[in-house]
Amino acid sequence: MLQDRYTLAFREYPYRRSVDQDLPSPVRHPVVIVGGGPVGMTAALDLGLKGVPVLVLDDHEGIGMGSRAICIAKRTLEISDRLGCGTALVERGVVWNLGKVFHRDRKVFEFNLLPEEGHRYPAFINLQQPYFEKVLVDRIRAAQADGAPIEIRGRNRVDGVQMEDGGVILEVTTPDGPYAVAADWVVACDGAGSPMRTALGLEFDGRVFEDSFLIADVRMKADFPTERRFWFDPPFKSGSSALLHKQPDDVWRLDFQIGWHVDREKELRDENVRARIEEMLGPEIPYEVVWKSIYTFQCRRMTAFRNGRVLFAGDSAHQVSPFGARGANSGVQDADNLAWKLEMVIRGLAPDTLLDSYASEREFGADENILNSTRATDFITPKSDTSKLFRDAVLDLSERYAFARPLVNSGRLSVPCTYDGSPLNGPDALPGGPDRSRPGSPCPDAPLDGGFLLGRLGGTFRLLTIDAEAPPEVSADGIDVPRLALSAALDPSGALADRYLGKARSAVYLLRPDQHVAARWESYDEDAVLTAIRGATGRH
Amino acid sequence: MQDLILTPNIDGPDDFYAELIAAHDGLSKEESDAFNARLILILANHIGDRAALSAALAAAKLSQEDTTACPD
Repeated sequence: MLQDRYTLAFREYPYRRSVDQDLPSPVRHPVVIVGGGPVGMTAALDLGLKGVPVLVLDDHEGIGMGSRAICIAKRTLEISDRLGCGTALVERGVVWNLGKVFHRDRKVFEFNLLPEEGHRYPAFINLQQPYFEKVLVDRIRAAQADGAPIEIRGRNRVDGVQMEDGGVILEVTTPDGPYAVAADWVVACDGAGSPMRTALGLEFDGRVFEDSFLIADVRMKADFPTERRFWFDPPFKSGSSALLHKQPDDVWRLDFQIGWHVDREKELRDENVRARIEEMLGPEIPYEVVWKSIYTFQCRRMTAFRNGRVLFAGDSAHQVSPFGARGANSGVQDADNLAWKLEMVIRGLAPDTLLDSYASEREFGADENILNSTRATDFITPKSDTSKLFRDAVLDLSERYAFARPLVNSGRLSVPCTYDGSPLNGPDALPGGPDRSRPGSPCPDAPLDGGFLLGRLGGTFRLLTIDAEAPPEVSADGIDVPRLALSAALDPSGALADRYLGKARSAVYLLRPDQHVAARWESYDEDAVLTAIRGATGRH
Repeated sequence: MQDLILTPNIDGPDDFYAELIAAHDGLSKEESDAFNARLILILANHIGDRAALSAALAAAKLSQEDTTACPD
């Protein structure tokens, strides 16, 4: 039986019988993505735009209701921009850069998440998850119209998986009964409860945090500014911590820490939710509850994100606390890291060991996210008297003394990880080069000719030269790497030089298709660049 | 005399804080208090400067008259 696990916000891909279901033996697809959430759809879009035929199997017929993940980080916007929908997200969302931290009834400090100019995208936008997914699906529809080989099958639930030599067989349940799909590669984006992970018997261990949080998204006309407000021990007694955050359409996210031993059913009753809301907002502000939920969380990840021909991405592979906006944002980075590698392997341009680097790089990223989100959680919900003592001391000091402010942790908000030590990294041979653009780093944006740098990089390997000579294109074993020739003089603000030259006078960067730095030098050397391209595609 | 430093001065503040809290793992309340006392004495000895130590004692009081506060 196929039963919806949630109500749909948008019915985007109603079930239609596929010809595959009428054939005697399973039809083989190069890539099957299991799960049509933000991570699966990003991966589908990225692969489809690269011309790789991709089939998405989703057990629902569209996008689920509920605001859920609301903070879209700059890096996700940059990835979406590469895929052609960054602007649509910003237009739909609410831009914010400012965070304020309160302790009891006092503001202890505020922080700006993007303190420098010269970036195409803001530090964050807030946008309800269904709208994010809608933008992705709309973009997929446009890409399909332009010939991108993407197929989405709604009400296709994967109920079994068999690994075979050189492929994977998926058993799929539909309203018309079961059928089988064969895949060269499977990307499992089927969420925290991942049936794929369970079916393969893979471990997913980590730490459970003993606390519950109540989310109430309310619609109201309020003149709170567009910023993130976080309270430790708020003066209103709605929870032991509280968050207020703006979303589009006059919707506000309220998030209250309500303790571990709570009766969920009772707490979610209308009158009890309203009591907490009114304690915070006061009795005179009219509002309407548009979504409510109680969540608990764990910080954990799979031991290995690659299991032969099945690659795990997003919540199926890793879970974090929500403090820091590191869940969906890191899943989109998984897709970004995986798509180009899968394409190269499928086209025979790289050995399949390149996919091991997907696992190692994103496991590294997940560890960083788990570490940051665990620390934020320990600060927000101290687990011992001593921990609470120090937490409160930091807060008491932070209002008056600047030194204590970096210790206040209401969530270290998502920044992309630098793949230090990745086997794909080539030499860092740019003496005096800035630390932020060392090999492994995501390219920092910079203003350029009235536009921005990242928009000029595209989604292929690139040779970026700044005041350095190089041929217009380099080719290594079938991989063509076009040059983008720039001069520091093109950016009078000096940001380009500051972010890519540092103390150096010239620079040559080899950039990966996911816009991470692979290697850098002071000047062009053909052998060095060819070796670095081979290294960045897993051929050592 | 060196002025008491009240601006950020620790590299990797999150790492430090996590190590500080982890140092108390498994300790009873009494053991944690004793640990904190020893830690304060060790750090005070490291600082050495008597004027800085007096300024630190005053700063920790968070008294209203205190003038070492910096608004930013």
